[in-house]
Amino acid sequence: MAQGVAIGLVALLFILLAWSLLHDEGGDLSKKANAGELPSAPDFTLERLDQDGTIQLSSLRGKAVVLNVWASWCIPCKDEAPYLEQVWRANRDRGVVVVGLDAKDFRADARRFANRFALTFPLAYDGPGDAIGRYGVTGFPETFVIDREGRVVRAFAGAVNGKPERGQLRSAIEDALS
Amino acid sequence: MRVALLAVLGALVAAGTATAAPPNAADLEAEIVCPVCETTLDQSNAPIAQRMKTFIRVRIAAGDSEGEIKDALVAEFGSEVLAEPPGGGFGLLAWLLPLTALVGGAVVVGLLIRSWSRRRGVPVDDDADLDPQLERLVDEELARFDG
Repeated sequence: MAQGVAIGLVALLFILLAWSLLHDEGGDLSKKANAGELPSAPDFTLERLDQDGTIQLSSLRGKAVVLNVWASWCIPCKDEAPYLEQVWRANRDRGVVVVGLDAKDFRADARRFANRFALTFPLAYDGPGDAIGRYGVTGFPETFVIDREGRVVRAFAGAVNGKPERGQLRSAIEDALS
Repeated sequence: MRVALLAVLGALVAAGTATAAPPNAADLEAEIVCPVCETTLDQSNAPIAQRMKTFIRVRIAAGDSEGEIKDALVAEFGSEVLAEPPGGGFGLLAWLLPLTALVGGAVVVGLLIRSWSRRRGVPVDDDADLDPQLERLVDEELARFDG
């Protein structure tokens, strides 16, 4: 009887371990995307910061999405924000949506940041960081380019600021649109 | 009668003063977790931790209670921001699960020890018949050993 309980407990632990390993693909998402494997972008529904209501990533299927993870306290995010606004303005009519995903931040600080940089693209709020955890985000900023079918075509760790990174972002957007 | 009234008034004033005492920033910083570095605020110098410390001080100065400040932080960062899970609702599970696992583990270990000690106590049947061929082989080996 006791042996049965012990074996049951061990089996349960193994099942939990296997489940957590299978569902914890966040860390591999960037690697897979940059290796050309086109992993599915984890869906989320989050509160919007720029207006009332929520934003659901899967509702943007059919468009290319540039998902930028940022926070108001992140210094490289400040350098990157004006460029992302440019990308949004230049490509919005081509079926590209830039989504700013503010995480681990105060809402009020995030809104001040958005006003300061005159950001007009949709802004989602992930205060606890649950959604960015599923993307395996470990630092700020990070950017994911998602194609029309909801697959990640490219991930950028750090600010997309230098000439090479900007070229790679433009190229990833074209891939996502094709 | 007057003495009793004065005592009641005194107790009420004391209780009022006790609830009106402002929360201590250092205590709160030890009870709130930085969402980026996942240590308590008093152990962290991360930008968001600094910002949260400022938030706590501003709210204390505004007269908020400890509970109100914690609620405001939970509304921004989720319940993970509390170093200790709340004592009610889902947070109660965080307290109960380890206790249940500990008691459950102790029961399983106890049952295993009981079962093993019983098995070890099973008497050996010394009189069981030995296979005649095997018995002969043992006798031969013993004789050779003695010789």
